[in-house]
Amino acid sequence: MILGLLDDLGVFVDALEFVVDRRRLILEKTWEHVELSGAAMAVAIVLALPLGVVLGHLHRGSFVAINLANVGRALPSLAVIALGLAFLGIGFTNVVVALVVLAVPPILTNAYVAVDGVEPELVEAARGMGMTGWQIARKVELPLALPLIFAGLRTAVVFVVATATIAAVAGGGGLGDIIVNRAAYDLEGVIGAAICVSVLALAADFGLGLVQRLLTPAGLRQAASALEPDVVTGVTRR
Amino acid sequence: MTGPRALLAQTDPVIPDFGEGSECVVENRLFCPDWVRDNWAGVIQPALLEHVKLTLIAVAIGFVLSMVAALVTHRYRLVERPFVTFSAVVYTIPSLALFQLLVPVTGLTVTTVEVALVGYTLLILYRNILEGLRGVPAEVLEAARGMGLTRRQTLWRVELPLAVPAIVAGLRVAIVSTIALATVAALVIPEGLGYPIFLALREAFKTEIIVAGGLAVMLALAADGLLVLAERALTPWARARRTA
Repeated sequence: MILGLLDDLGVFVDALEFVVDRRRLILEKTWEHVELSGAAMAVAIVLALPLGVVLGHLHRGSFVAINLANVGRALPSLAVIALGLAFLGIGFTNVVVALVVLAVPPILTNAYVAVDGVEPELVEAARGMGMTGWQIARKVELPLALPLIFAGLRTAVVFVVATATIAAVAGGGGLGDIIVNRAAYDLEGVIGAAICVSVLALAADFGLGLVQRLLTPAGLRQAASALEPDVVTGVTRR
Repeated sequence: MTGPRALLAQTDPVIPDFGEGSECVVENRLFCPDWVRDNWAGVIQPALLEHVKLTLIAVAIGFVLSMVAALVTHRYRLVERPFVTFSAVVYTIPSLALFQLLVPVTGLTVTTVEVALVGYTLLILYRNILEGLRGVPAEVLEAARGMGLTRRQTLWRVELPLAVPAIVAGLRVAIVSTIALATVAALVIPEGLGYPIFLALREAFKTEIIVAGGLAVMLALAADGLLVLAERALTPWARARRTA
């Protein structure tokens, strides 16, 4: 029984060996994975972050901003990629588009909820001090909204890195190429690549957590934790 | 499209073979109603039912585990950090990777899929249940104690009912995200809507992609809609407060 289990776990050792032995392949696929995820995150941030912040600042459009997250979370990523492929065709751009569709909702909703939820008294006080709307947004609302905004970014980045794996099926490349091709790389290759994807996702999440720490004003720092992604915040807090 | 279609055993890119179907199927046009008619009972409907089954089993098990863990935490506190850290790490592992990582341990079985799906529900359900229990106002607990309720009675008659909105909200997120994740399960077992999606993706067969992919999206959206209604029905007081 125990020997059998050890035998099973031997696959993980083989998997690590695969990663070391085929490091050029792994590095190449990991880089493709990073490119794919990075491109999608960049587009999604450019589209969603300013919109969420502006809507939150104006306290407008809560219906759209909040329901978008619910709809976005409901969309099965595999189905989105598949449908994108059916209508747009195979390739890098199509996969990035599908990933952007999945990344926008958590970013937009969290940015909206974060800025919208800044205590009105603070905004009032800032206005009383003679700050303009732009100054209030930049010096009061954004710093206070930072933790929630980053929670959204972290949710999105984990989601995107995970889903980029599925992109292999649609010709997007990345570590998924190895994971979905057991015939060519055997179980140890599949497991090795799966470990790499997990590490990549955890690293992206952790990295963003560190950036969040650096950007958070000292006075607010104790509330934020770099280790715990607040994955449900944007959705459950209304 | 007849005969067994193996997903995992395939090595080379498949030469598209759309069967002996109609002209539409052979030419792989965007949508062929006749293919859907011919394959609904054999391919699509079973996949849909399997998908629902996979989802319900995972959420049921996840709910029981989270409930027990949340109740223990509520009473003793000490398990909170390890549980949250564990479930947060699990939550971060990409679904495709987690399914594959479990294969050496539990094989290409339903168990592998369910273990992964349950793992993903834990963080959402546990946090929401705990948040619901902790959200009960101190005055209410005080009043319960003043009325002579024991700890257990307080839990069942006061805390849990008041936690229902948060719990149902968590269930909603858990069910919808499990529906989404279950599509990926097809890489491990030939079940659920993910299976026809993966097969159709390999062959770039548009009709099947659109039907199976569309159904997965609609299933998730429909489940979300139904759960919103359930949430409202289960918490009439919240609605009264909203309109007040």
